[in-house]
Amino acid sequence: MPASVGWVWLVVLAPFAGFLINGALGFRRPDDKRTVSAIGVGVLVLSFLAALFVASGVLAHPPHGAPYVITYWSWMPVGALQVDMALQVDQLSTVMMLVVTGISMLIHVFSIGYMRADPGYARYFAYLNLFVFFMLVLVLGASFPVMFVGWEGVGLCSYLLIGFWFDNKAFADAGKKAFIMNRIGDFGFLIAMFLIFQVTGTLSYVGVFEEAPHLFEVGGGTITLITLALFLGCAGKSAQIPLFTWLPDAMAGPTPVSALIHAATMVTAGVYLVARANVLFALAPVSSFVVAAVGAATALFAATIAVKQWDIKKVLAYSTVSQLGYMFMGVGVGAYAAGIFHLTTHAFFKALLFLGSGSVIHALHHAYHATHSHDDAQDMRNMGGLRRYMPWTAGFMWIATLAIAGVPGFSGFFSKDEILAMTFARGDDWGAFYVLWIVGTIAALLTAFYMTRMMLYTFHGPSRTGEQERPHLHEAPWVMTGALLVLGIGSVVAGLLNLPAVLPASGWLHHWLEPVTELSTAYLPELHLAPGTEWGLLGLATVIAAVGILGAWNFLKPERLVPAKDAPSESGLQKVLLRKWYVDEIYDAIIVRPIMWLSDRVCWRVVDGGIIDGVIVNGSATFARAIGWIGSRFQTGRVGTYVFFFVLGSLLLLRAVLR
Amino acid sequence: MLLGPSLTVSVILFSIGVAGVLFRRNAIVIFMCIELMLNAVNLSFVALAQQLGPEGHAIVFFVMAVAAAEAAVGLAIMIAIYRHKGSVNVRDINLLRG
Repeated sequence: MPASVGWVWLVVLAPFAGFLINGALGFRRPDDKRTVSAIGVGVLVLSFLAALFVASGVLAHPPHGAPYVITYWSWMPVGALQVDMALQVDQLSTVMMLVVTGISMLIHVFSIGYMRADPGYARYFAYLNLFVFFMLVLVLGASFPVMFVGWEGVGLCSYLLIGFWFDNKAFADAGKKAFIMNRIGDFGFLIAMFLIFQVTGTLSYVGVFEEAPHLFEVGGGTITLITLALFLGCAGKSAQIPLFTWLPDAMAGPTPVSALIHAATMVTAGVYLVARANVLFALAPVSSFVVAAVGAATALFAATIAVKQWDIKKVLAYSTVSQLGYMFMGVGVGAYAAGIFHLTTHAFFKALLFLGSGSVIHALHHAYHATHSHDDAQDMRNMGGLRRYMPWTAGFMWIATLAIAGVPGFSGFFSKDEILAMTFARGDDWGAFYVLWIVGTIAALLTAFYMTRMMLYTFHGPSRTGEQERPHLHEAPWVMTGALLVLGIGSVVAGLLNLPAVLPASGWLHHWLEPVTELSTAYLPELHLAPGTEWGLLGLATVIAAVGILGAWNFLKPERLVPAKDAPSESGLQKVLLRKWYVDEIYDAIIVRPIMWLSDRVCWRVVDGGIIDGVIVNGSATFARAIGWIGSRFQTGRVGTYVFFFVLGSLLLLRAVLR
Repeated sequence: MLLGPSLTVSVILFSIGVAGVLFRRNAIVIFMCIELMLNAVNLSFVALAQQLGPEGHAIVFFVMAVAAAEAAVGLAIMIAIYRHKGSVNVRDINLLRG
């Protein structure tokens, strides 16, 4: 093991130290924003540098066969269950560690500008540091339980940061919704862990993945159940059908939080989990197909909703759900490297889009604040023509838009195309994968369309911001645009990590991750495309992106839009899309309301009020009083009665003795 | 020797005592009935002591001593009650009613 890998503890602990210090400052000196920023960003820089140092060691001496596992202490030594607090450094966790620390660092820098005026500044940075700590535990943990600690921890931080402005009830409710939906997923994760332990007797990655091929038969019932339960956890964390509705609501949090937690890192934890447990999923083809199918369905479904949203962050939220669907499609068809590749490129361009939208919202919010207007600073109908006021933001966001839309040369083109190509390649194996490929391609078209729509309505056409507000619009401070610049560069060049096979220097990430995925290759068909087919798919992807972008550009007329408060109500399909296919209403009707009814009428009124309070508590009191009343009837105060019973008792006793 | 008649008398006396305690209302009469029961028991002790040894005699002396003490205390209580309530009818003495 290279010496530098031993420093991985610093990567993890630096953000935790930042959390402790900033948390303390939040109580002691909440107004000392300079110190808070220095610590909040400083620990992330330290963590990122340490991560680079560790990664340099891994690059120089990549682990083959066994990953580098650094055990710190024995966490749960309970009979057969031996869980160590250990970190695992291998090719996959190195990639994740770099993505998490790198993106987090940029978003921390951006937050200095974005949250500058917020009274909860120290608390915000404390939560954000804590999140990074837990996310690193998640991706670096060497066993399922350690990962679960991170998994729950990021969920907690997500809850805390969604409800960061908790004096707004809607925001606090959004936090609860996210937490509860994640709980449903965590239930699946726990069940999967229990089953894994029952069969393999261990929970460390090394142990489980080495034992799994010997203990499970391909497509067996237990392994299918385990992987489906794991995927339920992934669906909760990564906002896939049916547990996706929390993510759009999670936009209630500050925008950098949306960028970091709900776009770039935490929500990709599910993809990471599937890629990490690739052996298990490869052993369960049914589950893998479910993963791919759910991913494809989510990609399309969320994309249709994004087409009709007016809230700029909601567009991006559904876009995130849709892109996460692509990642699951990738890992579901067995192209684990492609899924992780899209995760990485998506982290760059989606973080950039969110931060750019944050910069826009920041500008509008300031303008409305200056004129004491109560208009919605996130509604695209109140924007328009912003490229004249914030050219840098507009430029960087266009880069990210071209990347996510899949314009050749940008990172998203390569990563999305690889997933679609791999899905197409699996079509040889089973025709159903062609259906997934078609679904994914349609979603790609919609992606290009709705992203262009968002850019068009936000930055182009006439300004729909009010006359008084317009002079207050301005470009964001340099700490914010600086972060955008770095992410913009990443959005362009991240594609170089894994070029298609037909190009020179191709598939670096694929080869890099091979030691992690090699155990699963025995159970998967060779995913290979003829160069002609591959060129054809690349060409098709280009056409799709062009059609989407140009279609939106020509078809949508931003000059016809009116500010949100004057807008007519929608009807027909537009309204259905605007109301998100009524999924929230359906969930409300079939799950939330019945549970509320059950809780109110049965659990509260009958069980708690009737049985527990009525029968058990008051009932025992009534019973004791009744017995007491009967007993007190003997207490007449008349000696004669006492004597009578005394004699009676004596006679009965006598009879019993003399019998 | 005379055991059967002695015990018979004893039983009769005891039963009279019990009946008196149960049915009479005057506390002093009840008191006397209790004495009657004690003496009925004394009679049976003495009768049985003929055959079973002298312990019965000893117990009789104890009973007589206890009965004397009881009479002293009991009568004192009666007087106190009479002073308080103006009656020794047990129907009137029911302060400890439940």
